[in-house]
Amino acid sequence: MSDNPVFDFIQAELDGNDVVLFMKGNPMFPQCGFSATAVEILNRMAVPFKGINVLADDNVRNGIKEFSDWPTIPQLYVKGEFVGGCDIMREMYETGELHEYMKSKGFDPQYV
Amino acid sequence: MAMDANEIQKLIEEALPDAKVTIEDLRGDGDHYAAHVTSEAFRGKNRVQQHQIVYKALQGRMGGVLHALALQTSVPE
Repeated sequence: MSDNPVFDFIQAELDGNDVVLFMKGNPMFPQCGFSATAVEILNRMAVPFKGINVLADDNVRNGIKEFSDWPTIPQLYVKGEFVGGCDIMREMYETGELHEYMKSKGFDPQYV
Repeated sequence: MAMDANEIQKLIEEALPDAKVTIEDLRGDGDHYAAHVTSEAFRGKNRVQQHQIVYKALQGRMGGVLHALALQTSVPE
């Protein structure tokens, strides 16, 4: 792993939680439209997840972009795997791919 | 803090000479665009990798000067 100390924090969160959404704000109060869309998609599927507010810590906000080589927030991880940002989540959700993906990871996503 | 559509198109086309790029200014504020990029470079790559190719073409502007780019990528038929 690279020498960025925040990577250990990020990796621990990914190891400790099946579904992690690095977002702006928290699931109850998203503070950005894209983060809100990501939260809504996960809520509609009733897939439990941990929201991590990158606005609370600039090291995490920048570190997560370096960690995944992805320049924006939100970022969805399932069982440690980077799935994508808001665009990819929405596209996968609309095509049903996100449901299939979640099932393949052992979840039971709802169809709303 | 904004970019114009032509600049985005130019950057992508420079990095992906074969790319077909359509850009839409969603709010007219130079900060919220939607882009659809079609290129052979995406073949065999998953969505994350495809989007990363476009972000690299934008040379670090994504998430900075360019706040929001709703991106769709596809491979030529």
